[in-house]
Amino acid sequence: MFAQRLASSSMFRTLPAFLMMAIVLPLLAGCGYNTIPTAEENARAAWSEVLNQYQRRADLIPNLVETVKGYASHEKDTLDAVVEARAKATQITVTPETLKDPEALKKFQDAQAGLTSALSRLIAVSEAYPDLKANQNFLALQAQLEGTENRIAVSRRDYIQAVRDYNLTLRTFPSVLWATFWFRGNEPFANFTVEEDKMQPPKVDFGTKQGG
Amino acid sequence: MQTPPSVLPDISPSRGEIGSFERIAHPSASVIGEGRCEVRSPPLRGRCPAGQRGALRNTYLSFLSLLASLFFLPFTAFAAELPALTGRVVDNAGIIDAATEAALTQKLADFETKGSDQIVVATIPSLDGEEIEPYANRLFRFWKLGQAKENNGALLLVAPNDRKMRIEVGYGLEGTLTDLHTKLIIENDMVPAFRAGDFSGGIEKAVDDMIMVLEGNPEELEARGERNQQAPFDSDDLFFAVFISIWAIIFFGSIAVSVLPPIFGQKLGPGRYRWLGMTFEPSRRSSRGGWSSGSSGGGWSSGGGGGGFSGGGGSSGGGGSSGSW
Repeated sequence: MFAQRLASSSMFRTLPAFLMMAIVLPLLAGCGYNTIPTAEENARAAWSEVLNQYQRRADLIPNLVETVKGYASHEKDTLDAVVEARAKATQITVTPETLKDPEALKKFQDAQAGLTSALSRLIAVSEAYPDLKANQNFLALQAQLEGTENRIAVSRRDYIQAVRDYNLTLRTFPSVLWATFWFRGNEPFANFTVEEDKMQPPKVDFGTKQGG
Repeated sequence: MQTPPSVLPDISPSRGEIGSFERIAHPSASVIGEGRCEVRSPPLRGRCPAGQRGALRNTYLSFLSLLASLFFLPFTAFAAELPALTGRVVDNAGIIDAATEAALTQKLADFETKGSDQIVVATIPSLDGEEIEPYANRLFRFWKLGQAKENNGALLLVAPNDRKMRIEVGYGLEGTLTDLHTKLIIENDMVPAFRAGDFSGGIEKAVDDMIMVLEGNPEELEARGERNQQAPFDSDDLFFAVFISIWAIIFFGSIAVSVLPPIFGQKLGPGRYRWLGMTFEPSRRSSRGGWSSGSSGGGWSSGGGGGGFSGGGGSSGGGGSSGSW
């Protein structure tokens, strides 16, 4: 009898806690506890995709350079510029952990933009060599390079969107509470800015200037 | 630096690796994204009509609804300019003749039943100044071509007024229908025919060649088809539903057993209650009384509405290539 009363009283003592857990735990997820980590992981995944596509471009370049060398060996300056820009671009890596640093991202972006412009110069130069343009390897590489540039553009757009979502969760109302009380270490990620060379209209060069 | 013997064997493995990495990385990202949306969007959607109704009575609520509509405005405006997916051939520019359109639709439907790959042909009169690459990617993702787990869709887009075309390839087909294939299809099939004014012929030839390339790897195609055969009944859904219902029975059943008899039942003694013809003793771990869980036949609706054609949930990361004539 006494034992039963003790058991029942302890039961009733644990019951509120039990009920609280039943009610609060789903609410915790529903109230957006997951919002910030989810957005952060999305942004990181998007960043990995950006790196992946840039790496793919860097992998294509040695083949391209070798193919062009076979037909246009005296375009040494342009070829060297591409090799140099590639070396520079592959040296700088921004891991997902350093995404919070806008300076590092800027450096990465500058190096990749340098490679982009060196590459476009190489493609422009190769237009002057009909044999090279008819080469199957060159055609294949050009198609893949175009595809990769487009994938880079898509992955950058996805990253910009993912970072905007993540940064919004750190600054907008319901989730900002979680940011201030729980995820204090979370900082906004740096985002891409529109490159300077993309904002200018393309210049038409009829070969009057040297070394364009 | 040594000269690599040949370009294609040197590139293909790295492409394969990259492709498979994408396939791993992307679905997880999209799953996370969906989870987040599920958490966030229902309250917002629920609030929207309430705010609109309240706008008649209350200025405060009307302000809220204004904010909400401002929030949703960009998305609706963004989505509105994309054409609707009315079938496998969406000829909004009106450049494909009826016989070819019917033949293409039949061919593409047959091809999907074979390997579950979704190919869609779309023509739009004009791009309105946008580049064709971002437009094609946007359209691809809007229509969600390809099966969700395979991302095996392809979109053939033609914009006659801009004299541009593009073949956009989903993540899952990038390894088979490579950028070079699409480039060759565009340059060899479409450009000469389009220059001669034969849009129907060029598009038909391009579709034939795309199917030929995708069929060039028959065992992979069949494997894809088999993986996506059991569309009406997804085993993952079933497992999830069973898991959730067992969890719910244990969790809420034990709560109900300890809470409900004291409230609704008849008191027999200290800690003993009679309810629904059974005797409950919530204080004891093992009560003699069982309980009937009114398991409300947890329905999992796995859509798959017959008839109309719709995208399977696939996505694209900008594979494929473009051309102009």
